Amino acid sequence: MPKPPLSDPSVFESGLEFAIDARRGGFHLQVAGKFVAPWTVIFGPSGAGKSTLLRLLAGLDVATLVRVALNGRVLNDDKRRFAVRPGKRQTGLVAQEPSLFPHLTVTQNVGYGLESMERIGRVHRVEEMLALVGSTELASRRPQDLSGGQAQRVALARALAPGPLLLLLDEPFSALDGAASDALLERLQAWVAANRIQVVMATHDATDALALDAEVLLLGEGRNAAQGPAVEVLAAERERLKNRLDG
Amino acid sequence: MDLQAFLLTLKLATVTTAILLAVCIPLAAWLVLGRARWLAVIEAAATLPLVLPPTVLGFFLLVLLGPRTAVGRGIAAAIGHPLAFSFDGLVVGSVIYSLPFALQPLVAGFSAIPASLLDAARLLGASPSRLVRTILVPLAKPSLVAAIVLSFLHTVGEFGVVLMLGGDIPGATRTLSILLYNQVENFDYAAAMRTAGLLVVFSLVALILIYSRSRTRLKPQTERSRA
Repeated sequence: MPKPPLSDPSVFESGLEFAIDARRGGFHLQVAGKFVAPWTVIFGPSGAGKSTLLRLLAGLDVATLVRVALNGRVLNDDKRRFAVRPGKRQTGLVAQEPSLFPHLTVTQNVGYGLESMERIGRVHRVEEMLALVGSTELASRRPQDLSGGQAQRVALARALAPGPLLLLLDEPFSALDGAASDALLERLQAWVAANRIQVVMATHDATDALALDAEVLLLGEGRNAAQGPAVEVLAAERERLKNRLDG
Repeated sequence: MDLQAFLLTLKLATVTTAILLAVCIPLAAWLVLGRARWLAVIEAAATLPLVLPPTVLGFFLLVLLGPRTAVGRGIAAAIGHPLAFSFDGLVVGSVIYSLPFALQPLVAGFSAIPASLLDAARLLGASPSRLVRTILVPLAKPSLVAAIVLSFLHTVGEFGVVLMLGGDIPGATRTLSILLYNQVENFDYAAAMRTAGLLVVFSLVALILIYSRSRTRLKPQTERSRA
């Protein structure tokens, strides 16, 4: 299967535009940017503000300044007067913790965002999503009977099911081993390319960012340090990884 | 034993509990999900019946619902009789008097639900009412049981509000606790003992039934989640 050109900027005309100024205790996040590539990786060490940024993009938090627009549609204006609520932004988020609903089965979890769909369509959609993340056999299980990696797969299926325009991933495969994570990423890449879903993924793992050949936003201590294709922005990280493998 | 007083007490407690659930589930959800600072004022006001002597509450309600105020006259005109010294009046008094006993367990139960689950549901498009129906209430079942038990039994044991607001009308406002008071006043200690004993046994049996049921229902779940 040929790899879709994930860093091609022409796919999303206006993409995701944002400007954010947020204070959390002593931490000050001040970033602005425009993501037009189908797959953008936010790369930075722990504590760089990746999760805070994703939560603000998803509309879950308020801050001093949040301006977000997706494909030309304003989701937050900069006066704090207007904010589209989560769930109406066509934005999905898979957080670090899978946060599955503990009283519902895997099928019910994945179907939670499909309330407006009729029953038959919902059943098919859930099956399709579980097949995509390779978890068909988990359908009738409860979250407490899942491993960490299984729960992350189901959380991904749940976020994808309603068909968002923008999918935010916050270290979504941390509980999967390397091979399983690579296989899932490859299927996910093909899926989002075919369904024209824009992805923004936060990670502190340079191998993920480099393997995806995506656009990269380098985040350091709450500021954007650089943005560009992975091979350029992460050149230093790439050297470090190569040296470790060779040496 | 006065069967009429017993049935009236059960009816009052059942109606009160039903109204309290309908009021307190949305109210508790609002207190937990809302971010506004002034919600603390609402919570404080809703806890007030807990610290006030019931006679104070009954007195205020008696004045408010009586024919001296516009509110009392308005209600009397609307339903055809004054609320004071009627069963409906007792229901109003009981709902206010037992409000904290339904509200507090629900607020505690809803608050204990991880915010990440609420975020996940919101992101998937859940409206506030769907959040309450599908996440808050199912995940706070033990608190819901506690709210039902406490408001029901608290209403059964209510005395001061009933005495002030309801008086002592057989079949309308004479509950078990009022009956007991009358029996003691008349030095009929044998009858008083039966009434008091009935109240104790009834409350204890109700509590045992509910706690044993919630035990069998909850145990397998907590064991599974630990595994």
